[in-house]
Amino acid sequence: MVAYIIRRIVVGVLMLLAMSGVVIALFFASPIDPAQFACGRNCPPDRIDETRQALGYPDPDLPPLEKTAATFETWGGFLKGVAVGRQYPVDEKLREAAPELVTDCPAPCLGYSQNNQMTVNAEIVENAPVSISIAMVAIVIWMVFGILFGVLAAVTKGSLVDRGVVGATLVLYAFPTFFVGALLLNYVAIKFGLFPVPGYVSIADGGVGQWLVQLILPGFTLAVVYMAGYVRMTRAFVLESMSEDYIRTARSKGLKSPKVLFKHGLRAALTPLVTMAGLDFAGVLGGAIITESVFNYDGLGKLAVAANRNYDLPTIIGLVLLLGALVIVANIIVDILYAFIDPRVRVA
Amino acid sequence: MTDLSKTPEVTPAKDGAFLSVRDLKVHFTTSDGIVKATDGLSFDLERGKTLGIVGESGSGKSVSSSAIMGLHRGTNAKLSGEILLDGVDLLKVSNEEMRKRRGRDVAMIFQDPLSAMHPYYTVGNQIMEAYQVHNDVTKREARKRAIEMLERVGIPQPDRRVDDYPHQFSGGMRQRAMIAMGLINNPSLLIADEPTTALDVTVQAQILDLLQDLQRDFDAAIIIITHDLGVVAEMADDVLVMYAGRAVEYGPGKEILTHPEMPYTWGLLSSVPDLTASTEAKLIPIRGNPPSLLNTPPGCPFEPRCDHVAKVGGDLCKTVLPELTPARSGGNHTKRCHLENPDEVYEAEILPEIAPDLVED
Repeated sequence: MVAYIIRRIVVGVLMLLAMSGVVIALFFASPIDPAQFACGRNCPPDRIDETRQALGYPDPDLPPLEKTAATFETWGGFLKGVAVGRQYPVDEKLREAAPELVTDCPAPCLGYSQNNQMTVNAEIVENAPVSISIAMVAIVIWMVFGILFGVLAAVTKGSLVDRGVVGATLVLYAFPTFFVGALLLNYVAIKFGLFPVPGYVSIADGGVGQWLVQLILPGFTLAVVYMAGYVRMTRAFVLESMSEDYIRTARSKGLKSPKVLFKHGLRAALTPLVTMAGLDFAGVLGGAIITESVFNYDGLGKLAVAANRNYDLPTIIGLVLLLGALVIVANIIVDILYAFIDPRVRVA
Repeated sequence: MTDLSKTPEVTPAKDGAFLSVRDLKVHFTTSDGIVKATDGLSFDLERGKTLGIVGESGSGKSVSSSAIMGLHRGTNAKLSGEILLDGVDLLKVSNEEMRKRRGRDVAMIFQDPLSAMHPYYTVGNQIMEAYQVHNDVTKREARKRAIEMLERVGIPQPDRRVDDYPHQFSGGMRQRAMIAMGLINNPSLLIADEPTTALDVTVQAQILDLLQDLQRDFDAAIIIITHDLGVVAEMADDVLVMYAGRAVEYGPGKEILTHPEMPYTWGLLSSVPDLTASTEAKLIPIRGNPPSLLNTPPGCPFEPRCDHVAKVGGDLCKTVLPELTPARSGGNHTKRCHLENPDEVYEAEILPEIAPDLVED
């Protein structure tokens, strides 16, 4: 098991390595000069050159072969930063010219965002808690309601309740996130005042209670999309496991129906659901762009959108790698969880 | 629509029968029509005795035994008739009452012990569960009892194996554990639904021996469902041959195996390989397939596959369902066939084919 996990981690690191290379290569293959974006509008050409040197970008005017080599150098610089940390500006002469402007970026340094005037690590540290909070509340909401309604639909299979539950979640699913979010924001929060107008409050600032209350609306908005899927999957998995032979055994022992359903039926259905939930959680962390925008929460999704708009390469690479790492880690965790859930995997 | 209450061939319950099934019908309503999985089944069973129910897949064996267990409750199956267990009609008791009897009075073991056990719980957990639901005992007591039962069914090192998962058991051990689970509450009736089908031949014999052993100890009535006539020969006091949801031949096991009077039973006997018989003995399969239980034709359901229709004459076999009548050999042996002289046909045509060495010159 330990050897297996180590192997998975090594493969994961190699994948991240490749990902960073691909993002950097694609970025500089495009005709747009990221240094100009980093420098800002109305930036004189010599300032652009200086910015480029400060960030360690290749010169777009180089002939293709040299440019490729320079791109490799940029990638190497990035990897070195991740491994041992680096200082910005990258160029030594620029650091000597203005030592008071040098920014230290300790390992694992994901880069420096000229646009936001801070290291990518600092950006992530600032924005990640918001995304993690929303994702956590969302996954709890969709798992609890998804499984609850899924089981309800399964045990009432074919009845009006079943059709109602499946239909209702499907309708919710069909609404775009920005619509559900805006609806909740305008009516539930602003017009009826059932919830405070959302704005992120950290646990340190407002305690767990306020943190949670502020997150319910965005969490629900995000959960709605996933809920429909989980209701249908739970329904299908429970129906499948309830038709297994061991359910007949459980019934013929004289067990009460709830015990047959929850101890024997649902237990088997949970395994695939846990797998899905782990991967979806990783996806939701960086993918809650619309929800974060609607409720104006400064999370990773919003950071990614802004970075894309501004051609902010360091931030984009940092986020791509972070989310890639999350998916890889989620996969490994799910595999380990599997061994705890299914005794047959444990031995193998 | 069939009138379920019409009971043309009900015989009164034998005195002293512990289990008495009278005219049991299990019909399923499907979008294509009514499937008569079991259509008027009657039999009796005493304590300490074994009834073998034989038939092809789809002949209604398992459906009938599930009816005794009350496992059709909550489905769209329509049941009628009587299932008297110790004088109580199991079809009339409430769902909760039936649940309490399940596992306590009537227990069942299934064909494939791997899929019949939950893969995520230990064997001990599943056996304890069966005990705890009917007995107000602590976990420790239930565990002790589970270990006792595992030891009784011949699992080595039961105090350690009790914490194993089903996949860590071999096939034979899993079936032993299932038997331990079934017998933990000393049920008076044990239904074994093809208990040896999924097992190695050597293990099959062990399991059958174990069942007979336990039957003596617990004085339980056993219904053994099988399509293996070898199992029947070893285990059964009485044999019920089922075809298309009905009994086609019913009587003492020895009688049925030596003097069968129904062509379907002949077919079953002809398809059993016999290692001790001469190599000239032929293995003759029954041609065709079992009929659909949907919209069954009026005549004998075996008629399309029967080689002896011509001997009956007319189209009696096609149009009239034969009644369950006493066999020519007498006794409690009954059969459902239009043939005038089935015993002579068997002696003359069937026996030489399947067991040439038994035929006297």
